[in-house]
Amino acid sequence: MPDDMQDTRSRASDLVGVDPEPGVSKKDPIVVVDGITRTFGGLRAVDVDHLEIQRGVITALIGPNGAGKTTFFNVLTGFDQPDTGEWTFNKKSLKGVSASHVARLGMVRTFQLTKVLSKLTVLENMRLGATGQRGERFWAAPFRFLWKAEEDSITVRARDLLGRFNLAAKEGDFAGSLSGGQRKLLEMARALMVNPELIMLDEPMAGVNPALKQSLLGHVKSLREDGMSVLFVEHDMDMVRDISDWVVVMAQGRVIAEGPPASIMADQRVIDAYLGAHHDTDITEIEESVLAAEVEAELRADDEETR
Amino acid sequence: MDLISTPLHDAFSPYALSFVFAAMGLNIHYGYTGLLNFGQAAFSAAGAYAMGVAIASFDLPLVVALLLGVVGAVLLALVMGVPTLRLRADYLAIVTIAVAEILRLVFSTSFKDYFHARDGVSGFTLGFRSLNPFPDLPNGFLSFSRNDLWVITVGWILVVLTCVLVWLLMRSPWGRILKSIREDEDAVRSLGKNVYSYKMQALILGGVIGAIGGFIGGLGLASVQPDSFNTDFTFIAFTMLILGGAARVMSPAVGAVLFWAVLSFLGVALTKLSNGDNPIIPSDLMSPDQVGNIRFAVVGLVLMLLMIFRPQGIFGDKKEIAIDAR
Repeated sequence: MPDDMQDTRSRASDLVGVDPEPGVSKKDPIVVVDGITRTFGGLRAVDVDHLEIQRGVITALIGPNGAGKTTFFNVLTGFDQPDTGEWTFNKKSLKGVSASHVARLGMVRTFQLTKVLSKLTVLENMRLGATGQRGERFWAAPFRFLWKAEEDSITVRARDLLGRFNLAAKEGDFAGSLSGGQRKLLEMARALMVNPELIMLDEPMAGVNPALKQSLLGHVKSLREDGMSVLFVEHDMDMVRDISDWVVVMAQGRVIAEGPPASIMADQRVIDAYLGAHHDTDITEIEESVLAAEVEAELRADDEETR
Repeated sequence: MDLISTPLHDAFSPYALSFVFAAMGLNIHYGYTGLLNFGQAAFSAAGAYAMGVAIASFDLPLVVALLLGVVGAVLLALVMGVPTLRLRADYLAIVTIAVAEILRLVFSTSFKDYFHARDGVSGFTLGFRSLNPFPDLPNGFLSFSRNDLWVITVGWILVVLTCVLVWLLMRSPWGRILKSIREDEDAVRSLGKNVYSYKMQALILGGVIGAIGGFIGGLGLASVQPDSFNTDFTFIAFTMLILGGAARVMSPAVGAVLFWAVLSFLGVALTKLSNGDNPIIPSDLMSPDQVGNIRFAVVGLVLMLLMIFRPQGIFGDKKEIAIDAR
């Protein structure tokens, strides 16, 4: 398939017929990883032989705590250097490329612990995200007429995104006054100001309330509709099931499985390593009351012991 | 009357001016970008020595000498920044303080034909003084001499121009990047900005402003001596900046003027109180020759109280200080 990057329709159909095997090759990968290892002392945090991330789809990266997901993110985006390995983005090698350059190439990430700039306003946070601004050059900066028009168009784009992320009313507030969930939203919106081709979200749902979660899911889906590729780390299995086209599972630094969500959820290795046997069954009301009674009894026993 | 006129004289003197510029440079480094530069004295020294030696030893015109001073500050910023700006902030602090001390020791011990050791460089003010438009005033203004008046006129005009430049820069997208770096470098990096380059630009800009302080101080005192640029120089400049409030355009100038005015007032007042046959402060508590040290102790006390009750300084914004995510 040719590099038709202008194609903006959903590309999920490209994944039909791809074998759900670790390291399987895909039709049109945006990221290709080969032999990346990263060790911390004696610990092999990341050890990925081969992995391809399909363009234009939503890929989830799941796995237990300490599986190396965030380290893998850091390595891919230039925030950490691997011990060995090669990886490409749009067929361009990113080995040794600085984090800022990776972002300018179109691969932008967010952080597990949000990094909003709390002493800047929400709108200023957004404006910072636009790349290649004329006013960011030292010699042009003192002369407002050189960058005013560009700043205005950036502001329009920023306000539009803030509206989409339900943050429009907050634009004049310091980002430090936002709640944890709002910070997640702001960070995602700010990353979009960079106009990425691939956006990498590190636990976008952590600390976000259920109502906001629904709209966040909608936003992520709409990114795919806009032709963007999404790679996200998440522990929220509902989200993974709901929006991802492809799931990659990491455990102890290695990719142990990949495939469409349905087949991954049924994969015995994944269940053993991460999901647990009861991940799929909803707790019924009766079971819930039984559980609650058990917990209560335990607490009472503890209480009596201490007395 | 000298309880008012002496502090006023000191606060606007060429000596105070050299600190105003040093503090304005630190405001760029520390206030806006979060760079811990503990070697601001080196930038002022580089500027002053480059200017002094260029004129005194090589007979270069004033303009060329000043340009050499600026080049010196830029080179110094590169020397300090290239190895350290990729690392954590602490490393810059260590390197800057070391470089400043090395530079001071080189000036005071090496190349004596040019630097004249502790005597310092002198005989470079003729070109500057020949431009003086002021008439010879019998009593002067605030008892400033004609030469001083010329230096402080030029100096304070430059302070205003520098403030305007800083204000213009800090309201621009360029300034926005510096303020963002101060908060979280990685966030800025993740948005595609070359953090290293911006930190270097900030280091150079603040360093060049510090070098201007060296020019003014040197021209005011008509000599450049290594001991004026010891570590005290940097820390007094830091004190002034924090007194005024970091990351505010006017704060270094106001902080410096206030600092010298208070210091000078304390000097005059304590001397008066401890002098004479029956001094108000008994001589076994404090003798007149201890005034010089006591006033610094009092200033230190005032600063401690300031840090406790108004940590943002005079102009600082409580809102920016109060909100802290972590």
